[in-house]
Amino acid sequence: MRRFHALALTLSLLAAAAIVAGPVSASASAPRSSGNTTITLMSHDSFAASKKVMREFTKKTGVTVKVLPSGDAGAAVNQAILTKSNPLGDVFFGIDNTLLSRGLDAGIFVPYKSPELANISKDIQLDPRHRVTPVDTGDVCVNFDRKYFADKNLTVPQTLDDLAKPEYKGLLVVENPATSSPGLAFLLATVSKFGPDGWRSYWDKLRDNGVKVVDGWEQAYNTEFSGSAGKGDYPLVVSYATSPPAEVVNANPQPDQPPTGALLDTCFRQIEFVGIMKGTTHEKAAKQLVDFMLSDRFQQDMPLQMYVFPARDGTKLPSVFVKYAKVAPSPFSLPPEEIAKNRDQWIDQWTSTVLR
Amino acid sequence: MHAESSLGGLHARIDRGRLVRGLMLAVPIAFLGVFFVYPVASIVGRGLTPGGSLDFSPLADVVTDAQFRGVAWFTIWQATVSTALTVLVALPGAYVFARYEFRGKRLVRAAVLVPFVLPTVVVGSAFLAVLGDGGPLGFLGLDQSLAAILVAHVFFNYAVVVLIVGGLWAHLDPRQEDAARVLGAGRWQTFRSVTLPSLRPAIAAAAAIVFLFDFTSFGVILILGGPGYSTLETEIYRQTVQFLHLPQAAALSIVQMAAVVVVLLVAGRAQGRRAEALRLRAVAETSRRPRTLGERAMVGINLAVIAVLLGGPIAVLVERSFDTAGGYGLGFYRALSELRRTSTIFVPPVEAVRNSLVFAAAATIIALVIGGLAAFAIAGPHRSPRSAGLDTLLLLPLGVSAVTIGFGFLIALDKPPFDLRASPVLIPIAHALVAAPFVARVLIPVLRSIDQRLRDTAAVLGASPGRVWREIDLPIVARALLVAAGFAFAISLGEFGATIFIARPDYPTLPVVIFRLLGQPGTLNFGAAMAASVILMAVTAVAIFAIERFRFADIGEF
Repeated sequence: MRRFHALALTLSLLAAAAIVAGPVSASASAPRSSGNTTITLMSHDSFAASKKVMREFTKKTGVTVKVLPSGDAGAAVNQAILTKSNPLGDVFFGIDNTLLSRGLDAGIFVPYKSPELANISKDIQLDPRHRVTPVDTGDVCVNFDRKYFADKNLTVPQTLDDLAKPEYKGLLVVENPATSSPGLAFLLATVSKFGPDGWRSYWDKLRDNGVKVVDGWEQAYNTEFSGSAGKGDYPLVVSYATSPPAEVVNANPQPDQPPTGALLDTCFRQIEFVGIMKGTTHEKAAKQLVDFMLSDRFQQDMPLQMYVFPARDGTKLPSVFVKYAKVAPSPFSLPPEEIAKNRDQWIDQWTSTVLR
Repeated sequence: MHAESSLGGLHARIDRGRLVRGLMLAVPIAFLGVFFVYPVASIVGRGLTPGGSLDFSPLADVVTDAQFRGVAWFTIWQATVSTALTVLVALPGAYVFARYEFRGKRLVRAAVLVPFVLPTVVVGSAFLAVLGDGGPLGFLGLDQSLAAILVAHVFFNYAVVVLIVGGLWAHLDPRQEDAARVLGAGRWQTFRSVTLPSLRPAIAAAAAIVFLFDFTSFGVILILGGPGYSTLETEIYRQTVQFLHLPQAAALSIVQMAAVVVVLLVAGRAQGRRAEALRLRAVAETSRRPRTLGERAMVGINLAVIAVLLGGPIAVLVERSFDTAGGYGLGFYRALSELRRTSTIFVPPVEAVRNSLVFAAAATIIALVIGGLAAFAIAGPHRSPRSAGLDTLLLLPLGVSAVTIGFGFLIALDKPPFDLRASPVLIPIAHALVAAPFVARVLIPVLRSIDQRLRDTAAVLGASPGRVWREIDLPIVARALLVAAGFAFAISLGEFGATIFIARPDYPTLPVVIFRLLGQPGTLNFGAAMAASVILMAVTAVAIFAIERFRFADIGEF
């Protein structure tokens, strides 16, 4: 009998733990004050904003925003498409130009022409029907380890062509475009540069030059790249133009110079959009959130939260961005329709060119 | 007269037994029906009806595609070799834990479960630090190789074999082996003809689980194998998560499930046929301190294997978590509560630990109930011959892609009463789907080994079914229950299964914190991710140690 009691005690302790913690969690998720609207912002896992900025929005509009991180950019968009008959959220943040056509074709957004659009460059307003609104931009570029090139007395490569040269053999690590969003962006940069007929032979050269392919950005940047925390073996990596300022901010002590730099002639421009999800029952609140995300307050907050450039013209940048984040003067790009039409085929072709 | 009335009572009890058995079967079947069969059928069904009507052509395309057959073959092949290696490496470890007492044994037992909970991306970075081109073992050229996949699979699953097989082994009567030795059998012959047959059900159970983990392993293939390797699981991930090609994903899922069912039937056969009543002894009677030089060497070698294989990568992580720019220190641990403190993405580390523990407790309870009931239905005193199907059904979630289950949740569980898509309740349920088969697999071999005549005798002597269970089954099963609870807890702490693919607001756990930190550049983020991993390891070791402690109340002492 005592044995039985001991077991019962174990289980009830575990149960008690769950029950005690249960109400705490429940109260955390309930809307703080009754009468207010709560809307759900579906996004990729990288969405972040200052708590203070979000509180200001709630104070101003009475709308509370619940964030629903849903995997990487591709996974989040695909989940939104899969559940479009019964949407998971009211507003979607973070569909980019590489995924845009898929989302638009699936009909997951309703049009909304925000009054704030007047402050946003026409160049990045890719949907004439305003089903999505550009909210930030970022450049995917090859990054380099300053110390490596200085120590070896090696000239830092500049262009995509340089990366295929023998002096840079075995120095570059890239992400698999089938599983990684920056990996796909870099593939698109090469398609844009060398054309639909030429990009495969460029990758043949990269392959012969010892390009290393890994699954995702985390592994490439944190483990294989020599310029950051992992102290890996590759001084060149596909990352973002904003990675160098992040290396300054997220270091202790903070260095005067970022240990890394971005090659601005290798960049593909990603534009991220926000859209109101079809089927929302809070359209008014959703519009308010879109307007707020385009406002100066939110746009100024974005760079240090997500390491992106604001979409709004004339937004004041934080000083580390002014000092260390370079914007590619003429980045590569491709129309979203062309990406949507060829994406899967390009990835398959890339796989057989580089991996098999 | 007296004997007759006892027999009448026995019949009444058998009828009640039938009812109990029905209930025992109903609960796990209902659980699996709602949270596994229905979601998987929904997503596969959606894939097979692209235009509204059934279309099996993607399945035909997939099966006849040569490249796909290569992928399927590689999947089965690597899982088989990984499983064989794991059993080979871990079986001596199980023996040492079962038969010998040594200093720190309880701590080491808890520690072997630690690798189990670590995110692959974190372990991957530790492996690469050792195996990568610049690492101490870089000259072996194992980076992005098949060997790296195999070693990683042994690393992750060592504990499964040690704890499941060791759990039964510790109860085997060593005097049987002694008798064989006295009668002139050699060590090897004794092992083969006396010990191995008794252990076979446990080995089959452990091997089946390890096989399924290796069969559906995802991070290990992508991160340690590199993009050159693909398995059914990685293909399903690509087709579903990246391309949203549901027809192809459905076809692949069907092939994956078919393969798993075949494997389970074969394993079930090996396990079921050999199961026999054993003469079980209390643990205290079967283990002792190593005496001879040979015995000491045996213990020493196995501890060395654990130290190198499991301890090596863990040591790398621990070292990195203290290795700040200004020398060794706690900087990264402090950074955990300082980095991005004003951001919506910030999670206080204490809250992450609490969330992890709460989910793990809930998942453990669900898994113990579901897995325990299923085990008793399958192998308990009222076992039903038809429960073999439940056995297979219960294991199936381990062999079906987490992507399929996770995306299935999204489209299946979106209506009341199961509108759970963004509910925290779904998280322990998803963990329990993975943990319940563990619980059952740990319990079944032990239950099967209980001599039914013992129960019958007790019943004839007038013991109620409840009393039979308390006096005969429970003492023997209690220890296995603790092992099972430890596994379930670890599975949940490590966020196994479909939760990676379901959205989850508000309740970030330690693994979520680790992923968030790894998602941004900067040495501080990386270091803090290492610190969070070390905290995850410590939480796991302490939790498992605490669960294991219960054997020192007299419950686990059998």
